Amino acid sequence: MTYEVTIDGKHYRLELSRADGGWSCRLDGREVDVDAVVIRPGVLSLRVANQVYEVKCERVAGDLQLWVGSTSFAAEVRDPRSLRGRSRGKDDHGVRELAASMPGKVVRLLALEGSDVEAGAGVVVVEAMKMQNEIKSPKKGRIQKILVREGTAVNAGDILAIVE
Amino acid sequence: MFKKILIANRGEIAVRVIRACHEMGIIAVAVYSDVDRASLHLRHADEAYPIGGAAATESYLNFHKILEAAQRSGADAIHPGYGFLSENAAFAQACADAGVKFIGPTAAAMETMGSKTRARQAMERAGVPFVPGTSHGLESVEQAQQVAARIGYPVMLKAAAGGGGKGMRLVHAHDQLKSSLEAARSEAERSFGNGEVYLEKAILNPRHIEMQVLADEHGNTVYLGERECSLQRRHQKVLEEAPSPIVDPEMRRQMGEVAVRVAQAAGYTNAGTVEFLVDQQKNFYFLEMNTRLQVEHPVTELITGLDLVHLQIRIAAGERLPFNQDDLQIRGHAIECRIYAEDPDNNYFPSPGKITMLLEPSGPGIRCDSGMYEGWTVPTDYDPLLAKLIGYGADRDQATGRLMRALNEYFVGGIKTNISLFRRILRDADFRAAQLDTGFLDRLLSAKEDTPVDSKIAGPDERGELSDVAAIAAGMFAALGLAANGPGESEAAAAPVRARSVSNWRSTSRGEALR
Repeated sequence: MTYEVTIDGKHYRLELSRADGGWSCRLDGREVDVDAVVIRPGVLSLRVANQVYEVKCERVAGDLQLWVGSTSFAAEVRDPRSLRGRSRGKDDHGVRELAASMPGKVVRLLALEGSDVEAGAGVVVVEAMKMQNEIKSPKKGRIQKILVREGTAVNAGDILAIVE
Repeated sequence: MFKKILIANRGEIAVRVIRACHEMGIIAVAVYSDVDRASLHLRHADEAYPIGGAAATESYLNFHKILEAAQRSGADAIHPGYGFLSENAAFAQACADAGVKFIGPTAAAMETMGSKTRARQAMERAGVPFVPGTSHGLESVEQAQQVAARIGYPVMLKAAAGGGGKGMRLVHAHDQLKSSLEAARSEAERSFGNGEVYLEKAILNPRHIEMQVLADEHGNTVYLGERECSLQRRHQKVLEEAPSPIVDPEMRRQMGEVAVRVAQAAGYTNAGTVEFLVDQQKNFYFLEMNTRLQVEHPVTELITGLDLVHLQIRIAAGERLPFNQDDLQIRGHAIECRIYAEDPDNNYFPSPGKITMLLEPSGPGIRCDSGMYEGWTVPTDYDPLLAKLIGYGADRDQATGRLMRALNEYFVGGIKTNISLFRRILRDADFRAAQLDTGFLDRLLSAKEDTPVDSKIAGPDERGELSDVAAIAAGMFAALGLAANGPGESEAAAAPVRARSVSNWRSTSRGEALR
């Protein structure tokens, strides 16, 4: 299996397969001696050569985050041959989803469906624990849909709006 | 001794007090609001009574409901924890009136120390050194200007009725005084319902050092050593340690004796803390007294070998202190981190939500007082303190090393926490050298950085190597379909791990025609 992996913006080409009861791995064409044991869902004990690492992974609001020990990285994994494994919220048309990062209540909409937005512009304001958080558009584009209105209660990961 | 104690609190402190009850063979009664039914303190309790809606005013601050629960359960004492009703003189009195023992000081002692101006007046009478300023609320701008001119700028305006930075203004010069006073008054009114403001000399870059005191109901009062609490953000403590790195035995004795005088002047009983500001010449000044058990009490427990909650219960039950001042020994060093559900990359915005994974540290010299568990949803309605992680060692370096090791083992998935902030603090050169003052954390946090806090953990070379590891792991997670349960992940990912991972891999590899 070949994957295109991005770690904090750095691109890698990863080839992974099961071989002889172990693993075969090439990272950017370089062969790497690895094995892994799943400790529990989301936790891998990974051996690379003679170093061992505990890697945890978490998917929050469409983004994949990995911790190698206590150092964290933003990750994206694309399997070029199938739709499985594409990270949520993104596709070839560049449509992005804005999600709530924590539970709260929508107190204000800063933009209308159909309007244009700049990257970083606030779209929805969510209030939690007496503080307000502006959820911003990750890209320049047009607001395809707003899925909430003032007063809507939201949970972490709920999609608030779609920008194309 | 009490048969049954009701804990009028929640979260990690409620768990801590319930544990003390169980250790002493006392039945523990919990109270809970609607959103706390699944909380950890309830899981540890023997009996539990619902006390209403999520809002604290409806539940944990509601005297009537708490006392009703006490009566229904037949509890003979109430432990208030910290925060909530712990320093509420009217509640302490209501308990006395209802014949239920309040585990803490009397209402009268609370009233004396609860108002900062009344406390200063009492300290003046007791001959305790305190920061120069007014001991009564300011009556006019003119009076404020006169006092400020006499003691010299910069000066600090402070609310008499409360703390936490509200109603507080630092004034550098005469021309700012009037507007600062107006602002302080209105903020104090809004926060505490009392706009009384007083004035003190502002000590620059002070250390905040507090002394634990303990008094029984037979006239014996002792001090149990100090804590250094200079690491604060917006006047909220973040990290505390004991003993203070700058306090030698002689200074401890002096501060301790003053603290005991303060407690006696207030007619204080049970556990309390006298706070001091210490200037760069090591002069100490009385700041205020906290008439309750404090969040950071574990560091004192570890260096003295005492259990403060056990002692609180025993004192309230009428026992004498089982030791003298001379018996007190300080041994080793302890450092505590307050773990909050906050996002360090988003201005410490509260980060409630479901804890999808929890890996808690343990091992030598590590104490973790936690109110959370894996699968629990952190409510949005309360202070987001999740746990306290304390490292103890023979000296400060060993305590730091153990705490750092424990922080690296600590993982909370599903929400953001401030754990990464502590890794950053413990690596800081000034922290290691114990060069601390109340400005430390603001300086650390405003130090120029263009990457989020977490990425400071590894140096650039280390990060490069770890990035490669992350890439390999990312591929494996994708191949095994085993991302941790974020919102929307399938239930199947949590199914029996080994069998599934092998069969999933097999079916995937067959599908891709790999062997």
